[in-house]
Amino acid sequence: MAAQLTLGPILFHWPAAARRDFYARIADEAPVGTVYLGEVVCSKRAPFFDEHILDVAARLERGGKTVVLSSLCEVMLKRERDMIREFAAIADREIEVNDASALFHASGRPHRIGTMMNVYNEVTLAALARRGATHFCLPGEVTRAAVSVLAARAAELGVGIEVQVFGRLSLAVSARCYHARAHGRAKDNCQFVCEEDPDGMTLSTIAGQPFLAVNGIQTLSHSYVDLLAELGDIVGLGVTHLRLSPHTQDMVATASVFRDVLDGRIEATEGQARLRALRPEASFSNGFWHGKAGHIHTAAAMRAG
Amino acid sequence: MNRPELVCPAGTPAALRTAVDAGADAVYCGFQNATNARNFPGLNFTMPEMERSVAYAHAHGTKVLLAVNTFPPAGKFPLWREAIDAGNQLGVDAFIVADIGVAEYVVTTCPERRLHLSVQAAASSPEAIRYYCREFGVRRVVLPRILTIPEIRAMGQEIPCEMETFIFGNHGLMVEGRCSLTNYVTGLSTNMDGVCSPASQVRYEPDARGGLESRLGAFTIDCFARTEKAGYPTICKGRYLADCRTGPYYAFEEPISLNLSMLLPDLIRSGVHAFKIEGRQRSRAYVKSVVSAFRTSVDAILAGSEPQLDDLVALTEGRKQTEGAFKSKAWR
Repeated sequence: MAAQLTLGPILFHWPAAARRDFYARIADEAPVGTVYLGEVVCSKRAPFFDEHILDVAARLERGGKTVVLSSLCEVMLKRERDMIREFAAIADREIEVNDASALFHASGRPHRIGTMMNVYNEVTLAALARRGATHFCLPGEVTRAAVSVLAARAAELGVGIEVQVFGRLSLAVSARCYHARAHGRAKDNCQFVCEEDPDGMTLSTIAGQPFLAVNGIQTLSHSYVDLLAELGDIVGLGVTHLRLSPHTQDMVATASVFRDVLDGRIEATEGQARLRALRPEASFSNGFWHGKAGHIHTAAAMRAG
Repeated sequence: MNRPELVCPAGTPAALRTAVDAGADAVYCGFQNATNARNFPGLNFTMPEMERSVAYAHAHGTKVLLAVNTFPPAGKFPLWREAIDAGNQLGVDAFIVADIGVAEYVVTTCPERRLHLSVQAAASSPEAIRYYCREFGVRRVVLPRILTIPEIRAMGQEIPCEMETFIFGNHGLMVEGRCSLTNYVTGLSTNMDGVCSPASQVRYEPDARGGLESRLGAFTIDCFARTEKAGYPTICKGRYLADCRTGPYYAFEEPISLNLSMLLPDLIRSGVHAFKIEGRQRSRAYVKSVVSAFRTSVDAILAGSEPQLDDLVALTEGRKQTEGAFKSKAWR
């Protein structure tokens, strides 16, 4: 079966108009099969796009995409709990669960499991599949060795497996907003300053080395995951879906690069050159896949045998 | 007023005996491998040590809670299964778990054992906690260090299990069980290997200005002037640069310890069933001081008199302490 490219939820606080334009182009032009919509990082941001989300979903579906709605990864406040209750009641589209609150409501009927749900092993995968999970997007730090076991078990259970192959990787979430903190504010008084950094706010070490990227309560890698050279191996292990995480660079062109490498139209090395041309200032990493420190970029040693 | 349990850290058999002798109602500990979230060199228990320690604790009326609270990576599940089997055989009083697969293994193999949900499971809403209670029969939840006291009180009214809160020790900033920062830098995972900023990859090196630079793996985490005390390079407590700031700043949090001693009466009134003291990596002397102080204090509060806990500041990180999120949500 040919692996499908997906577009993960937008992790950053993009203005509603920018999101609508972004998805209109994705609907018409991007070679992705599934698009995940919804605010997964900060509940305060959700109202800005909520009024447009159904129109955007319909637009993407007219473009032939499957739309999946993703839930918030941190649920604590009354407002957030209400959001999750409503989210879990969605009946006309698939949902992707990112925290156990949503699982409380969705368990027992079909749902997807998102990257924040800590599915690290085949026992947890099977336990969730028995309770209605149909598809798993794995945590960013899983290794090739783990994915090979998980994908095999998923195939036995008839559920999908997804791995993020492009974009900054979520490394941590907190109850505290680090964007607000950087600007001397508290979360309740943030004034949505995170909108200033549509790919995240760079944190560098004191020595001046770019290190992390702050996105509200979320901390991401400064490097962009790039698994172009590993695509053949990943698909060979039985991974069914490959996730591209949205950034401000041309995501249609980004998806086309991955599609071209997957289909063998271009070599991975050419794909990497094209990917780097889309964002010349970025650094790239694939360490987690190879069982190393996540920030490392290593030449792919393991190819599909 | 309910009588809360004092749950104390036991990183070694000697620390366990010290905590028991100092008045712990329960101790928590783990095996010498990746199955627990404090998998540090020189810490934790072999099987024979665990057997003797459980016997010692039980002889003194102290409960033993076994932490099997990491996330098994695919293909390695048997090690976690062995830890549960061993704990069951030794008669531990509860398992502290975070992984859904491990929770399910406990329920299917020894449903009579108490199951506690580790803070590593990151269950921060009533629904999240009720999910684990409903599916796996969880009897107690260790609450994340992100809730205010009114939020804890409200939580207690909506969940069918006991609540345990941290009251003293490390003040973790990231949602526990959802942090891959250490793995990004070192290749060792907090969630799967039970390590955070491993000492084997820590280096202190002189910098150009005659100060000291603390490094973890390939990254500088902080710099200290000659007059400053150099702190341990925990990623979420380092100083970094951002374009919107002039000069290095603590992007996440200052190196600071949690100390809720002044809030104990409020926490007891809020219906908290157990108080947890962090610090399995700490010395026996530390365990003795902290456990004794909190034992005296909790007993004083229950007897209706004033607790005395001033001495504890000396034991906090960099002698700086915070009441964190518990006091006010302005912390967020």
